[in-house]
Amino acid sequence: MSGQTLFQKLWDAHVVHVESDGTTLLYIDRHLVHEVTSPQAFEGLKLAHRTPRRADAAIAVPDHNVPTTDRSQGIADPVSRLQVETLDANCAEFGITEFRMDDIRQGIVHVIGPEEGLTLPGMTVVCGDSHTSTHGAFGALAFGIGTSEVEHVLATQCLWQKPSKTMLVKVEGQLGKGVTAKDIALAIIGEIGTAGGTGYALEFGGSAIRALSMEGRMTLCNMAIEAGARAGMVAVDQITIDYVKGRPYAPKGAAWDQAVAWWNTLHSDGDAKFDRVIELDAAQIEPQVTWGTSPEMVTTINGRVPDPADAPSEVKRHDWTRALEYMGLAAGTPIAEIAVDKVFIGSCTNSRIEDLREAASVAKGRKVSPNVKLAMVVPGSGLVKRQAETEGLDRIFVEAGFEWREPGCSMCLAMNADRLEQGERCASTSNRNFEGRQGQGGRTHLVSPAMAAAAACAGHFVDVRKE
Amino acid sequence: MRKFSVLDGLVVPLDRANVDTDAIIPKQFLKSIKRAGFGPNLFDEWRYLDHGEPGKSNHDRPLNPDFVLNQPRYRDASVLLARDNFGCGSSREHAPWALQDYGIQAIIAPSFADIFYNNCFKNGILPIVLDVAVVDRLFRECEANEGYALTVDLDKQTVTTPTGESIRFDVDAGRKHRLLNGLDDIGLTLLQADKIKAYEERRKQEAPWLFSGSQQ
Ligand code: SF4
Repeated sequence: MSGQTLFQKLWDAHVVHVESDGTTLLYIDRHLVHEVTSPQAFEGLKLAHRTPRRADAAIAVPDHNVPTTDRSQGIADPVSRLQVETLDANCAEFGITEFRMDDIRQGIVHVIGPEEGLTLPGMTVVCGDSHTSTHGAFGALAFGIGTSEVEHVLATQCLWQKPSKTMLVKVEGQLGKGVTAKDIALAIIGEIGTAGGTGYALEFGGSAIRALSMEGRMTLCNMAIEAGARAGMVAVDQITIDYVKGRPYAPKGAAWDQAVAWWNTLHSDGDAKFDRVIELDAAQIEPQVTWGTSPEMVTTINGRVPDPADAPSEVKRHDWTRALEYMGLAAGTPIAEIAVDKVFIGSCTNSRIEDLREAASVAKGRKVSPNVKLAMVVPGSGLVKRQAETEGLDRIFVEAGFEWREPGCSMCLAMNADRLEQGERCASTSNRNFEGRQGQGGRTHLVSPAMAAAAACAGHFVDVRKE
Repeated sequence: MRKFSVLDGLVVPLDRANVDTDAIIPKQFLKSIKRAGFGPNLFDEWRYLDHGEPGKSNHDRPLNPDFVLNQPRYRDASVLLARDNFGCGSSREHAPWALQDYGIQAIIAPSFADIFYNNCFKNGILPIVLDVAVVDRLFRECEANEGYALTVDLDKQTVTTPTGESIRFDVDAGRKHRLLNGLDDIGLTLLQADKIKAYEERRKQEAPWLFSGSQQ
């Protein structure tokens, strides 16, 4: 018999019951809750006179709607305010811990889970948000769910699932200077497509992944959903354990030792079989820039906007033509000649301390180009913000002409006041370049934090390796 | 949950791949704390020429005449024909809520994004995966014939075309059972309460730190 994959180990540890057709009732260890996808779930619970089975397994935070400017005035938009107040009221009623808007621990749900040690190796982690895949970086089984399932987890602490197929994405070798986890993620999506991971749980492995920090692994797992996979994961190693140690909600004392003993088994066995394996050479990966309206529409900084005539199929030709029209780009334009109007450094993909350090190291001593109307940095949490300020990163950004904001989702999806206007072009460290994602008619190019900072200073995309 | 058995429905063809949930229901409508009323804003940015906001009346907004849902021949469609990777992106259940509120009860595509596919079943919508060549053909037939309707029979797992051709589709047995009977997932799960309790007792011994909670 061959060994087990990490996915199988995590799955097996959480099986409560299996139906004859293989549908499995899976136990959920951690439930992250935010204001957008939970109100209807709490309402459903109340209508059925149910209460959460384990309020202690849930943690809530408002992030999508919160303002990133001065918060002392509260939220100006009454509809957004009501949604956040509804979360406050539901958490108070059901005894769920919430980091409210004025709490230093408030931030993007996928930043605060790991930061507080609420996300731990070996856990099943869910959230009514597709980027829950982020938490898989800890050797956890983490995936996004819909609102009906949010209600289901609150009521039962379980979910009905069928095992996924498994895919190993192996990245061997050493990344070039200036090339980051974000570039690996985009390169993988460029390779397998946005539906390439559908039905699979992805495991990222290989020496280039082992060499990544936890921040880098989170960026990578975060983007698994953009490859169509609900879950992405990385095996536990010493880097994982060192990151978790001492976090507020991490186990302590004897429980810590007991936990570490189990966590050290959370990797795929050497002879484990995957349903699919793909390999990438880290040394070949260059800084990536998306040119279209889907993360798979991506090329390198030295590439050009492709010609729809070269598309591999009729459907793709149609998609590319439409994307170029929306993006206002002509086929054949060198990526490095595309000028940007706005720059957004933030989101659950790239708003952690290491991301801000990378961006700051590029921005240091330089100025945002006069043709850039707005360059903003939005830290992932209040604690990331404080840490950055302790290191003086805020001053580097402000001196260069960036705005330094309060934590939240911000212009990743523009539910608050931060958004692109019609036709504006943005270099963004977020994860989705869909039509209208950052504001109706807005044009998004996904890049790494270093590439975003470089674009802000140059006024157009540039190869950060040459800066 | 609403039951689904047999649907005889007019088909609307949405000829685009990778239709994401941001396009199905744009983010500004996610601020609602209700489950209902999203139908008029389904595909808002494609359907209207101006910008939609929650609370704004949709009656006198300028419609985009080129968008397929606005063409009179597809009015009252209940079957949506789509391309690959339909429903990708955000996990928002507002997407199936909006489709359902509009009147869509079945969606046919060569592939769906996982979370969206799952969310459909929770809301009485049947997502049907058919071979890409078959979907291609349905697109052609639908566009060529005004009033093109399909019969979807969940029990028999068939889609029947106007010429009487019957195409079989796969669906997971458990999901089929729940959809056919309109069963509430939570109620079914709570039948397993003893097993959930037993699991928790065992896990508390093996991994006590998982139960120390978020309340400190
Ligand atoms: S930062 Fe963006 S992708 Fe991440 S949770 Fe917020 S809205 Fe979603």
